[in-house]
Amino acid sequence: MDRLVYLDNNATTMVAPEVVEEMMPFLTTRYGNPSSIHSFGGEVGIDVEKARHRVAEFIGADNDYEIVFTGTGTESDNMALLGSLAYYRDKRHIITSRVEHPAILSLCKKLERDGYRITYVPVDREGILDMDYFMDAVDDDTAVVSIMYANNETGVINPVSEIGAFLRDRGIPFHVDAVQAAGKIPIDVNSIHCDLLTLSGHKFHGPKGIGVLYVRRGTRIRPVLIGGHQERGRRPGTENVPGIVGIGRAAELAGTHVDYYGTGVKKMRDMLEKGILEKFSNAHLNGSPGNRVPNTTNIGFDYIEGESILLYLNEKGIAASSGSACSSGSLEPSHVLRAMGVPFTSAHGSIRFSLSRFITEDDISYVLSVLPGVVERLLELSPYWDNINRTGKPVNI
Amino acid sequence: MWNYTNKVKDLYIHPKNVGSIPDADAVAEVGSIVCGDALKLYLKIDENRIITDAKFETFGCGSAIASSSALTELIIGKTVEEAEKITNQDIVSYLGGLPDEKMHCSVMGGEALTKALKIWRGETIEDEEDTEGEVICHCFGVTDPLIRKVIRENGLSTVEEITNYTKAGGGCGSCIPRIEDIIADELKKDSMSADAEPDKKPLTNIKRMQLVQETISTVIQPELQKDGGQIELIDVEGNKVFVALRGSCANCMLSDVTLKNLVEDRLREFVEDDIEVIEAK
Repeated sequence: MDRLVYLDNNATTMVAPEVVEEMMPFLTTRYGNPSSIHSFGGEVGIDVEKARHRVAEFIGADNDYEIVFTGTGTESDNMALLGSLAYYRDKRHIITSRVEHPAILSLCKKLERDGYRITYVPVDREGILDMDYFMDAVDDDTAVVSIMYANNETGVINPVSEIGAFLRDRGIPFHVDAVQAAGKIPIDVNSIHCDLLTLSGHKFHGPKGIGVLYVRRGTRIRPVLIGGHQERGRRPGTENVPGIVGIGRAAELAGTHVDYYGTGVKKMRDMLEKGILEKFSNAHLNGSPGNRVPNTTNIGFDYIEGESILLYLNEKGIAASSGSACSSGSLEPSHVLRAMGVPFTSAHGSIRFSLSRFITEDDISYVLSVLPGVVERLLELSPYWDNINRTGKPVNI
Repeated sequence: MWNYTNKVKDLYIHPKNVGSIPDADAVAEVGSIVCGDALKLYLKIDENRIITDAKFETFGCGSAIASSSALTELIIGKTVEEAEKITNQDIVSYLGGLPDEKMHCSVMGGEALTKALKIWRGETIEDEEDTEGEVICHCFGVTDPLIRKVIRENGLSTVEEITNYTKAGGGCGSCIPRIEDIIADELKKDSMSADAEPDKKPLTNIKRMQLVQETISTVIQPELQKDGGQIELIDVEGNKVFVALRGSCANCMLSDVTLKNLVEDRLREFVEDDIEVIEAK
């Protein structure tokens, strides 16, 4: 394969060269343990704290110690919920949404089996959260609310500031899974009014295996892992120093590039989206057109199946992803698209393209030149399209 | 990424025998767009009972396309009697294997072949083993006889295997206990070496009504809603189902066709083969 056009940046991103460069000493010569008394280890601690400061600045945190380094975004999500529940032991109600990442959703399903009451707030056809439903669900028994900032499949942005202000007045802890927002739109924990916020390094050109949980000063949370004193006792385990240094640099870079996402990346995303929607009568957009992170577009193709589209694109060196059942092996199409009420007919044929700042307009032109051949070939293979051609009428089954 | 064999990869990129045969001697459709995969098989059979041509159209993933291509390649040139002996296992072998989760793609090929040959013989589909019988998995419309057939043909013994081969149990999971019962039943039969066919009782009125209602609300309604239409179940009398269309469906010139094609097909697939849909104005 000569060419790779990587349009799966909501899955993971390339580690930026500057990040690799800054991590390298900590994978080679500077392998000390920051907890050590000797300066060989202890001095590494200075770099850990520098990274902590960079992350704090990236999300507008008032204090560096509000940043807790974890292993992954999933761990941060789990820690936010389980840590809050461990403190508020008499409260048995959790509010989340129907379109969360499995790191929250599967955990909530497990907690439900353990006897917790869970409210899954629905979304509308465009993926926008039902705020009235949410506000009605809040009660005295609510221990914690967890809502994602931006959806991983559609890119749709939730009204987190509105939710945060509502919950702050009621003294209920608010966790925001910001994994898919970081680097794509500016994040400010004070304007969101959140108490807890999750980041994942590899989603914004940092390394894998490093996550962040922002814990606002004064937020009541108990540790989930039990062990040593690291991260002020909130997350024990010897620090992943290369990862921490990497996410620190990645956060700093993401801060400087976030404006470009709103301009350059958005322009290319729109060019791709417009090109596809204008070209194919069987294509339509999944998710609110205006209320999305600028790098993501999710397009449903009627009458053809997502995994086969991906496999054909893969042959042409284009990497994307799908909410189709077949591509995941789950047999049912994406829970996000189903929660939005996207019909199964096109949910099976949904493709997500997620861009990064490393994508060029030339890449987008290439995708737009390849896609017609792929779609036409699969339509040719499809019994439903054949039926339409013969009868001259649009049939959904 | 699935671990597809080179043969599978080659056949989903370059499938053979794609398309339709306008003057086919038998055409069979299995699967549905709602379930995520579907196959339409066209056969040309000469006076010597030889399959001279086979073509397909498939909606589905890479392995569904490859399985369909493999099926047509396996049967062209064979007599009807030879083709009848082909099972999903032959398709899997031809492809050099399929991932466990994709076995249902090969089963779909086997189903289409069985159905097409029965149609060619002029046998009524009412007697067709795969489409008749009680629906066990409502998410994917998988019947009791089909589950039993794949158990026998592939020597399956766990729910997970049944899901990989037929999709049954892979949706909401509410039918898993019933699948376990069927497995236990088949294993018992196997150990007794009894080859008696399972009982095929017609649906009771109550069961039929329940199934009709369920199919309308979970399968048909979501489809019509997409075009701004609504359907209302008025009555069920024997095999006649009376419905009213509302919203954009009611004024649509195509509503008769929509009814026939969509509602009836769905009800026949999920409930009973002889369902007749009548529009109550």
